[in-house]
Amino acid sequence: MSVLLIAEHNNKELRPFTLNAATAASQIDTDVHAVIIGHECGAAAKALSELELIKKVIQVEAPHYENFVAENFAPVIVKLSENYSHIISSANTFGKNLMPRIAAALDTSQISDITKVVSNDTFLRPIYAGNAFATVKSKDNKKCVTIRPTSFDPCESSGGSAPIEKAEAGEEFVQTKFIKREEIKSDRPELGTARVVVSGGRGMQSGDNFKLITSLADKLNAAIGASRAAVDAGYISNDHQVGQTGKVVVPDLYIAVGISGAIQHLAGMKESKVIVAINKDGEAPIFSVADYGLEADLFEALPQFLEELNKLNTIQK
Amino acid sequence: MKILVAVKRVIDYNVQIRVKEDNTGVVTDNVKMSTNPPDDNAIEEAVKIKEAGKATEVIAVSIGEEKAQETVRKALAVGADRGILVKTEGILEPLAVSKLLQKIVEKEKPDLVFMGKQAIDDDCNQTGQMLSALLNWPQATFASKIEIKDKSLEVTREIDEGLETIEINVPAIVTCDLRLNEPRYASLPNIMKAKKKPIEQINASDLGVDTTPRIEQTKVEEPPKRKAGIKVSSVAELVQKLKNEAKVI
Repeated sequence: MSVLLIAEHNNKELRPFTLNAATAASQIDTDVHAVIIGHECGAAAKALSELELIKKVIQVEAPHYENFVAENFAPVIVKLSENYSHIISSANTFGKNLMPRIAAALDTSQISDITKVVSNDTFLRPIYAGNAFATVKSKDNKKCVTIRPTSFDPCESSGGSAPIEKAEAGEEFVQTKFIKREEIKSDRPELGTARVVVSGGRGMQSGDNFKLITSLADKLNAAIGASRAAVDAGYISNDHQVGQTGKVVVPDLYIAVGISGAIQHLAGMKESKVIVAINKDGEAPIFSVADYGLEADLFEALPQFLEELNKLNTIQK
Repeated sequence: MKILVAVKRVIDYNVQIRVKEDNTGVVTDNVKMSTNPPDDNAIEEAVKIKEAGKATEVIAVSIGEEKAQETVRKALAVGADRGILVKTEGILEPLAVSKLLQKIVEKEKPDLVFMGKQAIDDDCNQTGQMLSALLNWPQATFASKIEIKDKSLEVTREIDEGLETIEINVPAIVTCDLRLNEPRYASLPNIMKAKKKPIEQINASDLGVDTTPRIEQTKVEEPPKRKAGIKVSSVAELVQKLKNEAKVI
């Protein structure tokens, strides 16, 4: 039987992790169908049909799907699920919010946040903030699986030409009303997919001092991350948080500045290819995962870092 | 308004996790256990709502072995009125937990059910959403702000892109983020008082729910170790290494 991928989008474009989820889905079964639920989301549906791994697109539209309310989405997918062996989505806030609602309706024990497909019923997933990895085998007939996007490469966004079928919309769940979404607009790369991430922690001491992080990130064309301590202290908004309960990032370069390295933060960044830690406390746990550690006062080190980069004149695009 | 709060007993968040030598799980013997951190936020929020005169009763429920009673007792010490312990043995998956909670909800008829957004042991992030599906109630996950209205709640949710605000009618489920509030510590007099508050014990087997695991955990392993890094002595050396050795800038 085929695999059903739930596309994540903003009604105009696909959200990038849909491409990572498509890769994971194709490792379970090559017959990957994708469902896109939204309002006037034709452009996103077309983009979905062009992904190389997608064999069929199912488009479901209604005004009440405009804001991705899980209570509206879940019944649509439950209805479609009879033709599928697996339902797949990303384990980001979209998939985390939605998938358990589908799984419970199907009486299936969901497998969350997998990092590897071992076989079509067996998966690897981190537990205890990534301090252990469990191999788990599902005994349910239908499997609901969310995937850790950074553990799977995005598929090619072109080369496919899947047919787009329309399916009937469901009823609106009137007990839940969307009010507003406050998205932080930025020209920077997205935190989840950036090649370079510069993160600040409590050591930054204030929101104003985060401009040191911003300058470095500008220079490196990097996304900006933060520890939970920095977000809790109000230095920066929640969408920047890296860690067990924030985002998981796997950039080529992760620069942790003034971050001590609590287990919960390490869970979100320790798979990064190269890790740099700048901290004045030489005993800080962040140094245990750093490839390059610099024991220094960040208020001196960051301006110097910028200066050295200017000398190099190799601005990454 | 009556609020039911689900709390889970987990390995304390400060404990360094060790995988068992036979790869069957992680070491839990003689390890400090605590309330799952965002469940503390859930209790705190419920107690604050009651203190503001907008709730009449806060009930703490935990599902697990006998010792989970300590977790319920802690919730009572910070302000819950009474507790329920659903006793089980062995591994419980979120689907089974949500089915057991559904039975408790049917019995207690709360207007709101609060719990943490995720347990820090299995990191599943499922139970609240599953319970709301089983009950066909609205859900507000990853809540960082809750405003109680007459027959509804306005909830601000933390999402990847920023913040989202939704309004949900009661009865409803809310899963709490760590930034929802600052959980209080239990004072000694309140710890003493909590010892007199009632905890009802229910055997999970009496609730008519099949809790047999659907997922077989075949192996638990240590994560791959990173090879040890080096300390650099200056920013200039750092930049030189990043450029010429790691080749990432």
